[in-house]
Amino acid sequence: MKKEEHLRKLGGILGPFLGLLLVLAIFSLMPEISGRFLRLANFKNVAIQSVIVALSALGMTLIIISGGIDLSAASNLALSCVLVAYFIQAGFSPWLAALLSVLNGGLIGFLNGFLITRLKVVPFIVTLGMMGMARGIAKWVAHNQKIDAPITWLNSLMARSPRPSWLLLSPGIWLMIIMAVVVGVLLRKTVFGRHVFAVGSNEMTARLCGVRTDRVKLAVYTISGLLCGLAGLMEFSRLTVGDPTVAIGLELDIIAAVVIGGGSLSGGEGKISGTLIGVFIMAFLRNGCTMMGWPNYFQEIIIGAIIITAVALDRLRHGQE
Amino acid sequence: MEQKVILSARGISKSFGLTPVLKNVDLELKSGEVRALLGENGAGKSTLIKIFSGALKPDSGVMSVEGQAYCPESPLEGRKKGLAVIYQELNLAPHLSVEENIMLGQEKQRLGFVERKKNREKIKQVLSFLHHPEISPDIPVWQLPIGARQVVEIARALVSKAKILIMDEPTSSLSQEDSRRLFEIIRSLKAEGVGIIYVSHFLEEVMEVADTFTVLRDGEVTGAGEIAGTSVEQLISLMIGKRMEELYPEPDFQPGEVILKVENLQGQKMGSPVTLTLRRGEILGVAGLVGSGRTEFLRAVFGLDRIKGGLLIISGKEFRPRHPRESIKQGLGFLSEDRQVEGLALKMNISDNLTLSRLDFYSRYGFLDHQKQKESARQLISQLGIKARNPEQPVWTLSGGNQQKVALARLLHQQAEVFLLDEPTRGIDVLSKAHLYELIVELSRKQKAVIFVSSYFPELLGVCQRIAVFYRGKLVDVREREQWTEEALMKAAITGNTDNSISKAKVDRME
Repeated sequence: MKKEEHLRKLGGILGPFLGLLLVLAIFSLMPEISGRFLRLANFKNVAIQSVIVALSALGMTLIIISGGIDLSAASNLALSCVLVAYFIQAGFSPWLAALLSVLNGGLIGFLNGFLITRLKVVPFIVTLGMMGMARGIAKWVAHNQKIDAPITWLNSLMARSPRPSWLLLSPGIWLMIIMAVVVGVLLRKTVFGRHVFAVGSNEMTARLCGVRTDRVKLAVYTISGLLCGLAGLMEFSRLTVGDPTVAIGLELDIIAAVVIGGGSLSGGEGKISGTLIGVFIMAFLRNGCTMMGWPNYFQEIIIGAIIITAVALDRLRHGQE
Repeated sequence: MEQKVILSARGISKSFGLTPVLKNVDLELKSGEVRALLGENGAGKSTLIKIFSGALKPDSGVMSVEGQAYCPESPLEGRKKGLAVIYQELNLAPHLSVEENIMLGQEKQRLGFVERKKNREKIKQVLSFLHHPEISPDIPVWQLPIGARQVVEIARALVSKAKILIMDEPTSSLSQEDSRRLFEIIRSLKAEGVGIIYVSHFLEEVMEVADTFTVLRDGEVTGAGEIAGTSVEQLISLMIGKRMEELYPEPDFQPGEVILKVENLQGQKMGSPVTLTLRRGEILGVAGLVGSGRTEFLRAVFGLDRIKGGLLIISGKEFRPRHPRESIKQGLGFLSEDRQVEGLALKMNISDNLTLSRLDFYSRYGFLDHQKQKESARQLISQLGIKARNPEQPVWTLSGGNQQKVALARLLHQQAEVFLLDEPTRGIDVLSKAHLYELIVELSRKQKAVIFVSSYFPELLGVCQRIAVFYRGKLVDVREREQWTEEALMKAAITGNTDNSISKAKVDRME
């Protein structure tokens, strides 16, 4: 009986994990690249490329579990990226510039949550509006061009070879790992986490049980906003400029990662481990396709097919229960 | 006009699983006749209607429409044969206009284009026949008052040339004025030779509008005949019959101090203010029909609806319910009448559902102690005899009775002192019901207080100490259970009339 339960729990994560293994297996069997693909250096490379999507997807997992959606994630990220450059250019210390831009991300998230709970407008619409507004503000701040900022230590956050070298991995990767653990613990081990699941599973029941559903949602969107701000900081670190047109359409990748990892758009379901696997599946696909010299559109077709397959397989698994 | 039989049903039987719902039911309807179909909740009326309409197939029995064998495969086929059902919750598309709703699926068209002019004429004609020429065909249905929406639904049936109209509780959401106008419509329809099956709880309306009646009880026809020469009392006794009493545990009430006092409480959705007191160790039954204001009263007390006025006093202290969170802390526990939609988070597991309202028992600095939580869940599962493999099983995998026990166990877990139970036995099997009665009486022995709302009056008479009756938004009477009979409760609930001649007579006889 115990075993059965473990298997059932594992079932949710097993599917995405096998998917990831399959992607790895396919590319490592390609004779043209097999030598380079399965190298540690390449894995580090993919990990760095995953940091930005992964950080935003952590927050998106919270939101999707609570039964919501955030279309403004990528715009929020771009605004934060622009703000870091703007503040540094204005003479702020890198620390302060980073802090302010991350907080701004939180503010955007808070606004999303506030409008959703107060105006009772559905998340899709509120965040659709916020997507345009945040992007517009980013372009406004940057006068519709890239903001060049002097090189600071912020730019080494996403370096491939970390300094000091005892870090082994780039600080950005460490940040991704730490945040994943923090959000995972928040979701699985705390009262707040149970409330997030309860709100997404059945908001009326949650309210009946005394859960302050509005506060839970407000917190979820704010946390997610902070994570988007952090992702924006990483984006700046990678680009070394504040680019208001960066990450256009990235919100769909972020949502796709959560969904591939077992998140349900009707709420109440989702896993941090699943989301991370979803991020890596997409990152390895891009990486492998690029190495093979396959054109961009090929990647797009494959990723599209994977999203549908992942969700269909998930439904199938549910049907068996 | 010569009245001929337009609908006849012989020997209709239907079971869901092992439970028989209809047993050998006969019914006949003539053209121009209004036949009342009567019975308590769960007597089988809805099932019979669904069989007539084609939504369900009978296990046995034969039907005919205008002398031709009738065995519809779907509601659509029923419609084509001239049979239309007007359900309690109306089936209209709120965003479409009156015209579009009436013509939906039967648009007059040529080469795929809607012939608006012909449609329009037809609708005008029908609406004025229904005494409602003022309804504009162009406005969207959601802008109409509820009475007018019903007219639209009837108009739709007429345009489809229905000869048999089944109306399920048509006046339950109408004002008296709208009901009056509906009766006029029914009379016009009769004159046109339409046969009507009229389902209603309001017996006085039935006396006014119907020609004949058929009474169902526990799936069987207990009586049929002409309305003329039959009294309301006779109809009620046909509906109730005799019942087993063994289901109910022997209560011994020892009421303690007053724990809940409600003074002129007026919730946002309540029809009129309510005053009540509740003692520890007491079970107060609340009787009334669906929509009589019982649920709205409970929800206001628990802080789910806003309070407009009045006082709520819990253990001597004034309490203004704003959010269920505060109510739970004050010792109130609420069981929703709809466990599927509101009461339970079906996708979550038993353990989370049981403990959700008081997770703080298991938290330190916001972190949950899963082991402790599961341990409590296990205890509750065995204490209430919930049939489950383990606490991590999702709630949707449980049977209805066991789901309801989970919902009730949550209130025990949150250490409620006042239990507000809204239809706790709805839709569960007899054995689970008996078990729930036992649990509720056990609560009173432990000096908790219970308010028990139900549409099924025998169970209120079986387990409650006092019974209050709601009628059309108003609390009309509260009495000790000895002063109620099922007839008197039924009469009060369906007429609002609390003249207690029946119960007095019975009490006198007992003495």
